[in-house]
Amino acid sequence: MRLERDVIYIILASLLLMVAIPWMAGTLSEDIFFEWPFFFEVAIGGLLSGVMYSLVALGFVLIFKASGVFNFAQGAMVLFSALTLVGLNEMGLPMWLSVIVTLLVMLVLAIAIERVVLRSLVNQEHIILFMATIGIAYFLDGFGQTIWGSEVKNLDIGFSQEPGFYFDGLILINDFDLIAAVIAGILVIVLALFFQYTRIGRALRAVADDHQAALSVGIPLKHIWVIVWAVAGIVALVAGIMWGSKLGVQFSLALIALKALPVLILGGFTSVPGAIIGGLLIGAGEKLAEVFIAPMIGGGIEDWFAYMLALAFLVFRPQGLFGEKIIERV
Amino acid sequence: MFYREAGEFKASYKADQAILPIRQDRWFIWAILAIAFLVIPTVSSDYWLGTIMLPFLILALAALGLNVLTGYAGQLSLGTGGFMATGAFAAYKLATMFPGMHILLVLLFSGTITAGVGILFGIPSLRIKGFYLAVATLASQFFLIWMFNKFGWFTNYSSSGVITAPPMAAIGDVLVTGAYATVTAKYLFTLSIVTLLALITKNLVRSNIGREWMAVRDMDIAAEIIGIKMLPTKLKAFAYSSFLCGIAGALWAFVHTGSVEPLAFDVNRSFQILFMIIIGGLGSIMGAFLGAAFIVLLPIFLSNAPHWFGLDIPVDLISHIEAMVFGALIIFFLIVEPHGLARLWQITKEKLRLWPFPY
Repeated sequence: MRLERDVIYIILASLLLMVAIPWMAGTLSEDIFFEWPFFFEVAIGGLLSGVMYSLVALGFVLIFKASGVFNFAQGAMVLFSALTLVGLNEMGLPMWLSVIVTLLVMLVLAIAIERVVLRSLVNQEHIILFMATIGIAYFLDGFGQTIWGSEVKNLDIGFSQEPGFYFDGLILINDFDLIAAVIAGILVIVLALFFQYTRIGRALRAVADDHQAALSVGIPLKHIWVIVWAVAGIVALVAGIMWGSKLGVQFSLALIALKALPVLILGGFTSVPGAIIGGLLIGAGEKLAEVFIAPMIGGGIEDWFAYMLALAFLVFRPQGLFGEKIIERV
Repeated sequence: MFYREAGEFKASYKADQAILPIRQDRWFIWAILAIAFLVIPTVSSDYWLGTIMLPFLILALAALGLNVLTGYAGQLSLGTGGFMATGAFAAYKLATMFPGMHILLVLLFSGTITAGVGILFGIPSLRIKGFYLAVATLASQFFLIWMFNKFGWFTNYSSSGVITAPPMAAIGDVLVTGAYATVTAKYLFTLSIVTLLALITKNLVRSNIGREWMAVRDMDIAAEIIGIKMLPTKLKAFAYSSFLCGIAGALWAFVHTGSVEPLAFDVNRSFQILFMIIIGGLGSIMGAFLGAAFIVLLPIFLSNAPHWFGLDIPVDLISHIEAMVFGALIIFFLIVEPHGLARLWQITKEKLRLWPFPY
């Protein structure tokens, strides 16, 4: 990963702003509570929830890199995998078995999507494929809830949701968020190794670089698409487990895709590290803004703040922080 | 045999450049207009006019607006709902601040205000392109809805956040909004406005501006090289598109539902309208109407279909199955004809020119 100079400047400037704006808000306005430990507590909480956004954004990036498809169905896949997992578990399967069965289901789903949708839409414009994935999203939302019902289900994977104190009792952090961050980290490392060192990973990178060149050296594009959708399905399952045990497995899981989109454009569609760093920036920025800025303008700004933040970044780097530079030729 | 341009001679440039150069097309359009203005209001029930034709017309107008931006100017937008909400709330503020204002003026000004908002959110499009822009337009969607929810000024401090249209007359004392307006009056009023705006849009996309939009859509760098200025062209597209969406939103709030809350224009509304133009056909006026008809009628059909077959299914299950069928149908349509219903219509016309003697 080669960091360009302006990327470093932008990240440094945003970190500076993240500290400066809450501090200013705290000194200017009496009713906003500002203390350094409290600031760090909010910031760390934000970073950790940003990791959760990254988990969803990661699935988007994988598919976009390998097939150029902007997969709007990633949120629906998160919901579908979580519903399947919980549903199987409720039917009496032990947890490990239901995880395996869910993975198989996601594989079948990937094959079905490739067979039915992608293969029929080869060579269509990007917007058509994007619309098709919205269709997939609707279908999966309806399908999952038709089979498994739409009531809120609990998913307990045995992690405590209790907050614990760290750094000499100064800062309060949710243990669950820490575990989520560790799992996300492991997932990213595994994916990076998979992409870097396996035969399939090399093929995936080749396809991402140039479809036609990859085809001409004998890489079977169709298998690659199945693999990449299956990997995105696995990422969706991990995200589904984490989000599901945090919020309960319900329809609103499908909406976290909307939370992951700003992360995605901030980091760039084509970059795995971008998804992680974008998630961290958005997570921290959102929480800090919610605590320190929102009281001044009426509150409830988490719906749009991430988008505005990403928009501001995009004005400086239209391809996102780590996205490939968009080169246009006439 | 009947549909052909052979034997039609034009004696002036004006005739040659008419919107519909072929006589049969003109008859067809006049027939459709006659049916829409005369036949439908007399034969159809209030239910049909109020719950199917009105939303169809208004959403077709919004789809027309989005089609200008996405289909003609190539800027993918997911913020339609936000712009419709802007139109609705602008109309409400205007109607309550100046109670004597005529409804046509209210609609015109609310469209203009929305156009201003559209320009504001269109500015990033100069830097950001493609899917990055599409996601960025979601910012306008969420921000605008939040704004109308949060600040009481927009709803005149009503506790529920709902705005209710005051009764207003179109001509004389024929009411078109409020509880005492007849459905027929509402329908005819909306139909006239939509017809007029569709005609204006059709002419606009045939003009210099429309050709500039299409050049930008097809390749913006090439367009810039042949001397089209990006800034005014893209902003004009955003402005006109938001103008139409704003009027559609105002009509939705005032004429169709009568009272509305910001959530009626949430992100699902934006997707709904995007579906309309994709299924109807990008870059086609006809497509906006065909797509709107399809998307409005489909859920009604889907929720009624189980009754026709005598099946008794719980309501929440129906809504899930509906979503499923909806998604599957969208994929099916995209696979069968990615360029939408308007393209099918075009193919039909080309076939008709040869029919019944293909050689």
